[in-house]
Amino acid sequence: MLTAILVASVLLGGAYALMAMGLTLQYGVARIMNLATGETLMGAAFGSFWLFTAMQLSPLLSLLFIVPLAFAINWAIYRWLLTPLVRRAKNQGMLEVDSILATFGLLFVIEGAMLAGFGGNYYSYSFLAEPVTLLGHSFGLNRVVAFGVAALMALALYLGLNRTRYGTAIRAVAVDPVAAGLVAIDVPRAAAFAFALGGALTACGGSLLSMFLTFNASMGVVFTMKALIIVIMGGVGDPRGAVIAAFLLALVETVVAALVDPGLTLAATYLLFVLTLLFRPQGLMGRRT
Amino acid sequence: MIFPMQRREVIAVVASTAALALLAGLPLADDGFWLALAISIASYVAMATAWALFSGPTNYVSLATAAFFGSGAYVVSALAETAPWPVVLVAAALVGALLALATGLATLRLSGVYFVIFSFGLAELIRQLVTYYQTQVTGSVGRYIFVTISASEIYWQLLGLCAIALFTGWAIQRSRLGFALRVIGDDETVAAHSGIDTARVKVLLFCISGALIALVGAVMAPRFTYIEPQIAYNPMVSFQVVIMALLGGSKRLWGPLVGVIPFVLLHEWIAGRFPNHTHLLLGMVFLLVVYFVPQGVSGWLEKAWRRIRGESA
Amino acid sequence: MSSTAILSVTGLSKAFGGLLAVNQISFDVHRGEIVGLIGPNGSGKTTLLNLISGALAPTQGSVRLRRRELTGLPPHRIARAGISRSFQLVRVLPSLTALENVMVGATFGPDAVWGAEAAAIARALLERVGLGGRENAMPEAMTYIDQKRIELARALAADPQVLLLDEWLAGLNPTELRIGIALIESLHAEGRTILMVEHVMDAIRSLCDRCVVMNAGSKLAEGSPEQVLSNHEVIAAYLGDDHA
Ligand SMILES: Nc1ncnc2c1ncn2[C@@H]1O[C@H](COP(=O)(O)OP(=O)(O)OP(=O)(O)O)[C@@H](O)[C@H]1O
Ligand SMILES: [Mg+2]
Repeated sequence: MLTAILVASVLLGGAYALMAMGLTLQYGVARIMNLATGETLMGAAFGSFWLFTAMQLSPLLSLLFIVPLAFAINWAIYRWLLTPLVRRAKNQGMLEVDSILATFGLLFVIEGAMLAGFGGNYYSYSFLAEPVTLLGHSFGLNRVVAFGVAALMALALYLGLNRTRYGTAIRAVAVDPVAAGLVAIDVPRAAAFAFALGGALTACGGSLLSMFLTFNASMGVVFTMKALIIVIMGGVGDPRGAVIAAFLLALVETVVAALVDPGLTLAATYLLFVLTLLFRPQGLMGRRT
Repeated sequence: MIFPMQRREVIAVVASTAALALLAGLPLADDGFWLALAISIASYVAMATAWALFSGPTNYVSLATAAFFGSGAYVVSALAETAPWPVVLVAAALVGALLALATGLATLRLSGVYFVIFSFGLAELIRQLVTYYQTQVTGSVGRYIFVTISASEIYWQLLGLCAIALFTGWAIQRSRLGFALRVIGDDETVAAHSGIDTARVKVLLFCISGALIALVGAVMAPRFTYIEPQIAYNPMVSFQVVIMALLGGSKRLWGPLVGVIPFVLLHEWIAGRFPNHTHLLLGMVFLLVVYFVPQGVSGWLEKAWRRIRGESA
Repeated sequence: MSSTAILSVTGLSKAFGGLLAVNQISFDVHRGEIVGLIGPNGSGKTTLLNLISGALAPTQGSVRLRRRELTGLPPHRIARAGISRSFQLVRVLPSLTALENVMVGATFGPDAVWGAEAAAIARALLERVGLGGRENAMPEAMTYIDQKRIELARALAADPQVLLLDEWLAGLNPTELRIGIALIESLHAEGRTILMVEHVMDAIRSLCDRCVVMNAGSKLAEGSPEQVLSNHEVIAAYLGDDHA
């Protein structure tokens, strides 16, 4: 039982980690708290669903379309929708309020588009649904594959941020945009890039989740909550913290779903959030000042 | 200045009392379409005003209106058959205040971001909890509400709530609490160093706001006849209240009032013409408001008024 | 002497991660005294004021007002206990008039006066700091020194037992400086207790009864302005070792 729960939560945590790394890039580097992140995720899930059912395209292949597309769309969102807000904000607080409002509106636009296209029904599709045995318990092959892809993406992101020049520039913007500007980093461009990359990661997480979850157009809020709480728990702008917190959240959810009731997973998420706020508001990895 | 009542204020009080009396006569003229529209407008005026009581001066965007509204409605479904109506209303207000208290205590000591996040998922959280409770304990999701309250009575109660919300806002503005809020809105650090318990002020205000919204939910509940979590905790309510308050302008007491009326009409029109695209279109309207009317209509009107009077800004 | 200590700081420390910004500082401020807190840039003076006013919680040590323990209290409790402050980067409330800005101090301070009484106090203080007749001006339209005056009046409106000033005289031109020094001198004359961070040496010499010198978070010296300013270590800290 215990190993089954552990393995299941690790498998789930992979996709959560992607979505949380996506949000932490958007929030930590571009300084936009994106309330529509769950809708990006669901959009990608619907994209994979549609490509699979209408075009018989494997979700693993559809990533090749969906991820670059998400990158482009998020780039455009940052450029056309959010940059004006960044420009008109007199201070960080104003930008925070404005970006919360703008992405809240965006949430309803994306959700509305999905509702218009797919209605309010639940969807799922069957891809690699055969069982595989891991540590004596059986799991869907789709979950294992999804985890593998998530791990590869996370590794690529880690190497990209830590081993490349541009990755270093992005991390510099996360620490201090003003100082980064002073050393000739193009901060607006880095922010746009981070926002787009974050959206692409989130979309990748969504496509992977669609391989084994049942979803509908109105579920975005729940995933946004998960992503936000993971980001806060991990420490804003810290992808390593996001990964650790993602697995923690997946573990708590899996335990609650298995031992208490699947209807209480969001309650478990909130509990984790409240505990974080009470005991480590700076995040697991953040330093206490 | 803040203290003695000015002539302008006296005029405002007299005028709004007269307007209220006039509006209260509406059910005598029509009890069909127009009354339904008036109920919708009155409920949103009360909620948007209550929302702006807290979110206007503090700049903390509360996305949790549906949580309070739904909880008020659920109090009715739980108590209405056993307790007298005034008791039900008091219970709804208390539940709203307690919910706000819990949210406030968890987040308002910290930065506003945590508050926004917490409030963002709150309606969904409570919806899931209620669903869980109903399936586990009562065995069925959803309940009928058997309360014999006519549409006119609902309308009059909502008018009363509008009056209470506006009066509360006005009383707060004249009080130390209102003064503290203005300081907090300008600079929390200065507020704290001047002796203002900022967390307490915010929590108190959020409780007042939450209680009022829960009351609207309670008063509106009999309109639903059948109540289930999906209906009571509809995220559209949170969304609409924010957009209406923003459209009108949340920095002035009368701002939300100005925003509600055009938006309810627009909503009616969109829902009639494009029933499958309501969500999408309202989302776009929301964005338009955020981008093009950041100060709200009341901000515009005030500027225009000053210009007419020949004062410089 | 120590029997009349109003403010006692004992073994106060603050670490930011690995950086010890304030390191084991102890001193007393007595009733009616102006104590200067001086030291080179980044030596921890503002951080020390933040620890006293409650903006930051100390890592170690204690702050007492008379006998009352203030350590770890939130800023609003400390303000109500009778400690007011100004900020190094002036902080006025932009949407409030000058008069309302000052009323804030009286309304939420220890005496919690409200209404006409608070307005009367604020009006008198605006007069006192040289802003008589400017009650309805908005602070954003005011000059830097006038904003500083508002901030001082706001702190005074609480009628504090101890006033903390963080470089209140910085950034003033010579004429304004003379006015500013005279103003603080008049506060001294009426018996106010002040702890002031300052870089302007003339002001320190003419105003302070005593000085505490900080360097790299630690207390370097304490004594009369003449004593500490002729101290070799102090000169070395300010100007570098070769000048000592
Ligand atoms: N919130 C903070 N987090 C991390 N480090 C800080 C913080 N506040 C101050 N410091 C550091 O503590 C040290 C002391 O700073 P402080 O502002 O107290 O110096 P100061 O003596 O007031 O200097 P100045 O004369 O320039 O005002 C500096 O190295 C500063 O960078
Ligand atoms: Mg300083």
